[in-house]
Amino acid sequence: MTVEEISILSAAFAVGMGAIGPGIGEGLAVAAGLQAIARQPDSVGAISRTLFVGLAMIETTAIYCLVIALLVLFANPFVT
Amino acid sequence: MVEPPFTVTPIFHIGPVPVTQPVIATWAIMALLTLFSVLLTRRLTLRPGQVQAVAELIATAIDQQIADVMRSDPAPFRALIGTLFLFVLVANLSGSLPGFNPPTAHIETDAAAALIVFIAAIYHGIRRRGLAGYLKTFAEPSWSMIPLNLFEQVTRTFSHCIRLFGNVMSGVFVIGIALSLAGLLVPIPLMALDLLTGVVQAYIFAILACVFIGAAVDGEGGSDAAGKAPSLQQPSPARSNS
Repeated sequence: MTVEEISILSAAFAVGMGAIGPGIGEGLAVAAGLQAIARQPDSVGAISRTLFVGLAMIETTAIYCLVIALLVLFANPFVT
Repeated sequence: MVEPPFTVTPIFHIGPVPVTQPVIATWAIMALLTLFSVLLTRRLTLRPGQVQAVAELIATAIDQQIADVMRSDPAPFRALIGTLFLFVLVANLSGSLPGFNPPTAHIETDAAAALIVFIAAIYHGIRRRGLAGYLKTFAEPSWSMIPLNLFEQVTRTFSHCIRLFGNVMSGVFVIGIALSLAGLLVPIPLMALDLLTGVVQAYIFAILACVFIGAAVDGEGGSDAAGKAPSLQQPSPARSNS
């Protein structure tokens, strides 16, 4: 396999594997947020704001994988 | 095929300075926002018309969010946070205009915005606590946390920048790929999703800027945080519907 083929495979692998963890994590976070809103509908503003910030934090790991995949595809230092 | 997201090609040069498309887009958005604000605040009336009512609604909502997150008076932070929010919002949404690439889809714009927040957090921390008081917050809860706290400052600014860049750029990128593979009208659902992502990311960018500055201003042990907090922590009826 050439460096280009390995790069394409590894980019796909990075995004695919990197989407699993944040997917599970965001699902758990949203489930917990919905439960909290169901228990205390009055504090929906504070809960949803905290939820959005937390989701952004969790999502960052997936975005890192995406950036690494794009670096491998478009700014690969081993491909001349 | 699709253009790589990390490279920008200069359009023209002013002397030795190359000017790229994101720079022009950024200045256009800045000019638009400034012009709108100047025209709006020129004829303020006590009984607001439609446009002024919308502007007051936006300003009040931003104030409310800042006050909720920071638990202090929003006045010193309103200009910075509000401008960042409106700029990122308009920049993200500008991607749906034909022939317009959102400047936030290039990492330079996001890095600049994240660095502004980084410097603002240091500035407000020093202004509120004094230099020694601000430096002392790095040694909390114990002195062994100093390297970790310093490291956190760098990584959180980096992730603040990468988060916005990754979200907006991936939206643009996916639309480009769908357009080149499937053709006209197919990427329209993706563009609708992109509008939602743009609004949410602008909100998150502003809220995280609030959180970072708020952490520098009144973390644990702040001198006037203890005196201010009880009066503002009372649950107000207006907060529940925000």
